[in-house]
Amino acid sequence: MARMKFLCDAERCIECNGCVTACKNEHEVPWGVNRRRVVTINDGVVGAEKSISVACMHCSDAPCMAVCPVDCFYKTADGVVLHDKDLCIGCGYCFYACPFGAPQFPQAGAFGLRGKMDKCTFCAGGPEPDRSEAEFKKYGRNRLAEGKLPACAEMCSTKALLGGDGDVIADIYRERVLRRGKGSEVWGWGTAYGPGKPGAQPPTGAKS
Amino acid sequence: MKRALALLGATLALGACMEIEQESAKKEVGKTVKSDTAAWSNEPIAGGPKWTKGDRNSWEDQIKKRQLAQHEHKRIYQ
Repeated sequence: MARMKFLCDAERCIECNGCVTACKNEHEVPWGVNRRRVVTINDGVVGAEKSISVACMHCSDAPCMAVCPVDCFYKTADGVVLHDKDLCIGCGYCFYACPFGAPQFPQAGAFGLRGKMDKCTFCAGGPEPDRSEAEFKKYGRNRLAEGKLPACAEMCSTKALLGGDGDVIADIYRERVLRRGKGSEVWGWGTAYGPGKPGAQPPTGAKS
Repeated sequence: MKRALALLGATLALGACMEIEQESAKKEVGKTVKSDTAAWSNEPIAGGPKWTKGDRNSWEDQIKKRQLAQHEHKRIYQ
């Protein structure tokens, strides 16, 4: 059984925010709601700056599911954590429970009104009929039902962000790290992309 | 007789002091929403990835190919 996961390679992420833009565009996410964002540490420090793209991680044992008082969360057969906006009461418990800050609450009204929770759906929509207008309005596009992967991962230009079955993307990442042959203390294009075949050297004149 | 009536009256009167046992229904997390359909139960879109409607294995096969397309070592330096 597939367990859909995201994996972000901090060696490769260049903080271009392409994933954020792809997500916003694909699902027509309103202002103030960020299903995905890029987090950077040591900003501007040469060699120490690292970025990763963060959204809902579709936890195997999701804390948001455990704390929801109306039990609006559910998990699909692919391991994607989704929720039903018709049941959500916008209490915000999931926001406090989530270690990634994934749940978002639109604040469109007066007096700090907190609307129903919105979060990354792994481009899998919601409980409405797949690929329907109702599903798109509430949850965005259902790319999995179109046989596609999440837009953020497929749009990532450096392939820092991988999306798909946990085993498959872990294998991709493992092979990538083995080809690099180095830890995270070394940085640069050559480090992130490796010399190609194991043991081979980068092309002459290439920046490392 | 009087004693029995008094006992009955006291029982009924004190009955109001009882607390009815309250126990919430056991919450089964992730069981409330039951209406979502599986991705493979849809007809493939025209011009998009192909799989057999309702066949989970064929959907997983094509999505796995798409996942492996993220592995750029297959495309560069080869």
